[in-house]
Amino acid sequence: MKRSTLILVKTLTWLACLAPLAWLIWGAVTNNLGADQIHTITFATGRTTLRLLLIALAITPVRRLVPQLSWLIKFRRLLGLFAFFYASLHLMTWVALYTGFDPHAMAADIVKRRYITAGMTAWLLLLPLAATSTNWSIRKLGGKNWNRLHRLVYFAAVAGVIHYWWQVKSGVLTPIGVTVILAVLLAARPVLTWRQRRKGHAAVVRPLVPSP
Amino acid sequence: MLVGKPPDIPSSEITPKSAYQQYVNRRHFLRGAAAVGAVALGGDRLGGILAPRTRVLASTKLNTVSSPLTTTGEQLTSLEDITHYNNFYEFGVNKDDPAKNAGALPTRPWSVKIEGKVAKPQTFDIDALLKLRPLEDRIYRMRCVEAWSMVIPWVGYSFSELIKQCQPLASAKYVQFLSYYNWHVEPWGSSETSISWPYSEGLRMDEAMNPLTLLTFGLYGDTLPNQDGAPVRIVVPWKYGFKSAKSIVKMKFVDKQPDTTWNLQAPNEYGFYSNVNPNVDHPRWSQKYERRIGLPFYEQRRATLMFNGYGDFVASMYAGMNLKKDF
Repeated sequence: MKRSTLILVKTLTWLACLAPLAWLIWGAVTNNLGADQIHTITFATGRTTLRLLLIALAITPVRRLVPQLSWLIKFRRLLGLFAFFYASLHLMTWVALYTGFDPHAMAADIVKRRYITAGMTAWLLLLPLAATSTNWSIRKLGGKNWNRLHRLVYFAAVAGVIHYWWQVKSGVLTPIGVTVILAVLLAARPVLTWRQRRKGHAAVVRPLVPSP
Repeated sequence: MLVGKPPDIPSSEITPKSAYQQYVNRRHFLRGAAAVGAVALGGDRLGGILAPRTRVLASTKLNTVSSPLTTTGEQLTSLEDITHYNNFYEFGVNKDDPAKNAGALPTRPWSVKIEGKVAKPQTFDIDALLKLRPLEDRIYRMRCVEAWSMVIPWVGYSFSELIKQCQPLASAKYVQFLSYYNWHVEPWGSSETSISWPYSEGLRMDEAMNPLTLLTFGLYGDTLPNQDGAPVRIVVPWKYGFKSAKSIVKMKFVDKQPDTTWNLQAPNEYGFYSNVNPNVDHPRWSQKYERRIGLPFYEQRRATLMFNGYGDFVASMYAGMNLKKDF
């Protein structure tokens, strides 16, 4: 891929990732966030987090299926960090707008309400991944350890989807879409490994860690 | 003081309607301008999101008088939000569904059948009910069990006035309200939920006789929009919103606590009393705070008041009761 093309695609990715936030800010400024603004903000940031996590998780299986798309690895860190960014906004909505920065209310919520326990778990699992996203961290940890640590993203995504199910009213089925997609993406990994082994030919060297 | 002395002129004539009109115009202007921008950008979907929402305007002005039982000192929720943010599951489970779907509700002719343990069982035509007593403007806070709230200028009179006409027997301990239900008009009720219709709610006799319990025919000085429970509903301001049954066709005076819709659906989440109580959490969320609808997000959050702030009028009815057990 040409350098100029890469810069263009990266710019477009940045814009796409910032669009949900821009939509919220614009809605707040023009009084267009609906009747229950807090709910609109919470839902939009949570939904964007899950979508970005799923897109980031799709990169590895897509690369393995279509080697021509190997360059997608250059976008995984960006998507992962944006997922963490929206997860943090989502968390701050709860901290600021639901609990009013009250530590007792937060502690009570985390202990008593299982959907908040699950959501908090998902964010805490993403935190070390965001913290070790620099090239320096990858070198310091070594590729193998870094990869091992970053498998936490699977658990974070599962916790995020459970958080969604536990939050909606019983009988409401809206989280079904992200659940099916996540299941497919997680199942794709062992399936692709198995297929590769069966074919038996030497795997093309495709580093999972982006080159510095 | 949460409920003040009567204003000198009916509340519907003070400001809300005109203030609301300006508000709508500003909103519509912004939406219109935004829609132009969206179309210019080729964003059809964006344009759809931003376009003005459908309005239900089949309302008639009601003649009203002021009431000492109105709530003062609160900013009214706009008519736009009161009519487009509704829970009325017979017309769909999303907040904006009732505004879209409730147009089919046949509000005329309409009658309310009163039966059970009363000396005078009878059927009232809606026009007879409207003329039974002078219609009063009554602003009440409305707290939904989902932790959001509004301030609504209702029109009606105390339900006790109707009860007196029917002369309940000494054996009448509760009154049950049954809402209109017709599968052909409200297919969403059975396609989107597993609730068994018609909607049923109930009050203990002393609660029903409390002067705050309002037999309601209108809001903002006009007849009720369909999605808000036309043509007649009950409003019980110290209880969670679902206790205030909409579009009532039957009232039964009974000797035992009646089965009520949400209590049957999830007894651990929705009690028969369902008095607004910041100290008793819903199993899935806290009831200590609420989000006031229509305000910017940084001004929405506020503390929920015991009995929704109407304790001076109603707390004595629950003296000696354990409100954590009988929630």
